[in-house]
Amino acid sequence: MTSYYGRPVVKEPTWTWEIPTYFFTGGLAGASSVLSLGAKIARNEKLSKTALYIGAAADAVSPALLVSDLGRPERFHHMLRVVKVTSPMNIGAWVLLVSGGASNTAAALELLGRLRPVKLAAEAVAALAGPPLATYTGVLVADTAIPVWHEGRRELPWIFGASAAASAGAAACMFVAPAEAGPARRLAVGAVAAEGALMQTMELRLGKIGEVYRKGAAGKLSLAAKALAGTGALVLARRGAKSRRSAVLGGALVCAGELCMRWTVYKAGFQSARDPQYTIEPQRARLRT
Amino acid sequence: MTTVEQERVGFFTDTSICIGCKACEVACKEWNLVPQDGQTWTGQSYDNTGELNANSWRHVAFIEQEKPLRTNGDGGVGLRWLMESDVCKHCTHAACLDVCPTGSLFRTEYGTVVVQQDICNGCGYCVPACPFGVLDKRHLAPAPDLPAFAKEDGRVWKCTLCYDRLKGGHEPACAKACPTKSIQFGPLDELRQRADERLAKLEHEGWNGAQLYGRDPDDGVGGFGAFFLLLDEPEIYGFPPDPVVSTKHLPQMYRSMAAAAAAVVVGVAAAFVGGRS
Repeated sequence: MTSYYGRPVVKEPTWTWEIPTYFFTGGLAGASSVLSLGAKIARNEKLSKTALYIGAAADAVSPALLVSDLGRPERFHHMLRVVKVTSPMNIGAWVLLVSGGASNTAAALELLGRLRPVKLAAEAVAALAGPPLATYTGVLVADTAIPVWHEGRRELPWIFGASAAASAGAAACMFVAPAEAGPARRLAVGAVAAEGALMQTMELRLGKIGEVYRKGAAGKLSLAAKALAGTGALVLARRGAKSRRSAVLGGALVCAGELCMRWTVYKAGFQSARDPQYTIEPQRARLRT
Repeated sequence: MTTVEQERVGFFTDTSICIGCKACEVACKEWNLVPQDGQTWTGQSYDNTGELNANSWRHVAFIEQEKPLRTNGDGGVGLRWLMESDVCKHCTHAACLDVCPTGSLFRTEYGTVVVQQDICNGCGYCVPACPFGVLDKRHLAPAPDLPAFAKEDGRVWKCTLCYDRLKGGHEPACAKACPTKSIQFGPLDELRQRADERLAKLEHEGWNGAQLYGRDPDDGVGGFGAFFLLLDEPEIYGFPPDPVVSTKHLPQMYRSMAAAAAAVVVGVAAAFVGGRS
């Protein structure tokens, strides 16, 4: 393969640690809001409240991370001067605004024990904004020229959604007594399994460029993600129902694994941008056919 | 207020007559007050600029090859030195413009793509969106017009096709400075016609590898506003051989997201109905 002195064709993102961390907190927030409403409908008040607080906290941290990453943080509100469907980041900013506003309103009213109808409405809005919040970040990274992200566009929203569900279930397991945490446990274990299968599918379908998921920092993070989330899910499935300590351990391991998973995808993107062969070869192959 | 619609303008960069003088790089820096960002000696022929970025809006590439200049035996020796002045392509379908969440990037009345510096908040989304790696964030000390607390400029910068000069009825600084007319500025239709004629002439004379890059309005980005005549494959010059605007697949991505979002809801519901504990 030929290139210009081995230089990259596309630029790697200028984003820093806040962005993959936000992929985790945003996903956690979105899926927690859904879990909270689900528990409310199932009349599991303890689980509902806990998931609500987790979601509100994650929703509150998320914008801080995003603003901190901006080159000009004081202009963060410029994101909201337009509504632009062609920009997943713009749509995401609006979804996060709605989700964060709703979940934090609901959590505050829950703490104060006031305005119950407003609280219920806010919970419903947060649960509606939750699924798009948990999945749009997959579109955000896929809608770029970064080879391994753009070519993974079919699976990435699914992978991010599964990761969000896993972290929401796992986080709730850490703060709710095992007797009432059954649904959260099943969500965490099921989502970890689904995510593993989806990642495998994507890597296989990506073919040659998928090798970045087995190389360098992305490769190491990928192993860590699988080991942590896998072990955590096993602990939750085997002992989560009986022992509170196991539930806390299992939940923490799954959350750590999901954070590593976001970093895996993030780093893989950088690696695929840095080496021009990943940009040039698939395009050449396309032209040949 | 109404905007007067102008004819779409652009560049035709004919690399067959580029002499690698870098007058375009210098003129661009001078006119647009693009700051100095340090000097490095790359050891890559005469190219010490390296790439297009926030502080280099024209970049002259130098390629030393053992390939005959002509295919018909004329022009003799099997050694040639390719030079090419790269620039923002001002794509018909521009990914940077599509993904910009603030509306800072916009299409001008001339059909060019420009960053509004008073709007850009440095989110950096356009940087990995560009299939050519043109845009970049400026990490240098803040310009005088920025507030004192700004640690660095932090905004994204790229070629404006000298929007200000166009407004004043002048051609862009790089084209003005080019001593060989390798960089030609004008209405895009006219440039395409001129490029076709030039390519036919080079092919007739047997130039090795002569081809137009970005001239075709049916390519993955709808054709470039700034296109090129090259003497080898695009990747030799650091170009992507088949660039496609990422938002071409955005409807597919949103569909995938909608399905995944629904799956999250179904998954949570299943966790409540499934199993007993």
